[in-house]
Amino acid sequence: MWRVGTVVALHDETATARTITLEVPDWPGHIAGQHVDVRVTAPDGYSAVRSYSIASAPNSDARVELTVERLPNGEVSPYLTHEVVAGDRLELRGPIGGWFVWRTEQTEPVQLIAGGSGIVPLMAMIRSRASAGNKSQFRLLYSVREPGAIFYRDELQTLSHDKCSVGVTYAYTRKSPKDWPRPPGRIDAALIATATWPSAFAPTCYVCGPTSFVEGATDLLIAFGIKRDKIRTERFGSTGERK
Amino acid sequence: MDIVSRGFSGRRSAEDAKLPPGQYLTTDFPVLSAGPTPHVPLDRWEFTINDGNQLLRKWDWESFRGLPSETITADLHCVTRWSKLGTAWEGVSLDTILAEVKTDASYALAHSYGDYTTNLPLKDLRNKQAWIAFRFDGKDLAPEHGGPARLLVPHLYLWKSAKWVRGITLMQQDKPGFWEGLGYHIYGDPWKEQRYSGDE
Repeated sequence: MWRVGTVVALHDETATARTITLEVPDWPGHIAGQHVDVRVTAPDGYSAVRSYSIASAPNSDARVELTVERLPNGEVSPYLTHEVVAGDRLELRGPIGGWFVWRTEQTEPVQLIAGGSGIVPLMAMIRSRASAGNKSQFRLLYSVREPGAIFYRDELQTLSHDKCSVGVTYAYTRKSPKDWPRPPGRIDAALIATATWPSAFAPTCYVCGPTSFVEGATDLLIAFGIKRDKIRTERFGSTGERK
Repeated sequence: MDIVSRGFSGRRSAEDAKLPPGQYLTTDFPVLSAGPTPHVPLDRWEFTINDGNQLLRKWDWESFRGLPSETITADLHCVTRWSKLGTAWEGVSLDTILAEVKTDASYALAHSYGDYTTNLPLKDLRNKQAWIAFRFDGKDLAPEHGGPARLLVPHLYLWKSAKWVRGITLMQQDKPGFWEGLGYHIYGDPWKEQRYSGDE
């Protein structure tokens, strides 16, 4: 069943990623981590559908935020990040997915690991925790190419300054800020050891990003002693059109 | 009724005609898995068939690879909407695997290293429709794509082609596997666009 959402706000997260806020009057609600299928249709009836993670927390005001990363050769993402303006309508199906989700009833420590735009469903979990007043211990390890590629920067900064909130660690793969203690590079065992919950905490781990990122991060978590069945993953291929 | 998206023209290709509804063509090979990739050493690999109570057949890697294999060319259709056409595989037909299995079961539950499961009607595993594949594009199947061996059932959405497959349980009654229990369609025919539970 396809629902119609009206674009009510647009916000650029980075030079290539945009958050689209949709008002969906009959939205049935969602769980953090779920995604939607978005359908766009040309005047001649040709249509294309892609899946995008929901960035917003479950809420009661029938609003859904999607953050879309523009892919150089994408068919739909350039349209969503360049062409769409407030007042446009998009067709949505969902929410979809019952595995890569965090529910507000969960109380165990949570380790989030994001690579690039893999932050989007994890941000929904962070926001869901905050809006529900859930006190679970959350940590986020967020790998980005460079400082300018960080999504939700101000919001994450506010969160990481609040001790009762979410511990955020950035890892830069290409270019780090001035005086950053760690040289640019992929997530490695040393970073996992300092920036993630120890296995004794038995955290539930959510890892989302490109395939090679997820493969690398999950192998490191397992080597660090995390049990396989505590690790949930979502991967996207080099086409990047999720998931 | 579709809503026309102002300013969207889309990208059409001659290959679109070969695609099931709602799919788009990709040339790379995206990976979808619910958890970490299992790395299964060949000397510990095994493949079994049971009926829920009794072990019916069992192969280790050597005896499995001793079975006659086939080359397969298949179009892959993932429920996340990418399709990849004309992929080249090598594997053992399920007709070979099931040849000496006497059963009145109608359904099968494939299970994998890493505890993934998926259900299929047994008839969809027979009649040259399904294989245990161990090579892709001329190379040993990579772990992230399901190696050492995965189920390949290309006429259904790709989640039915269980990666890291380790066995099949024969069942009298259908029982949802992993994704089927999480909102995905019980059968998953891409040409009927049976993506989610509730799709006809």
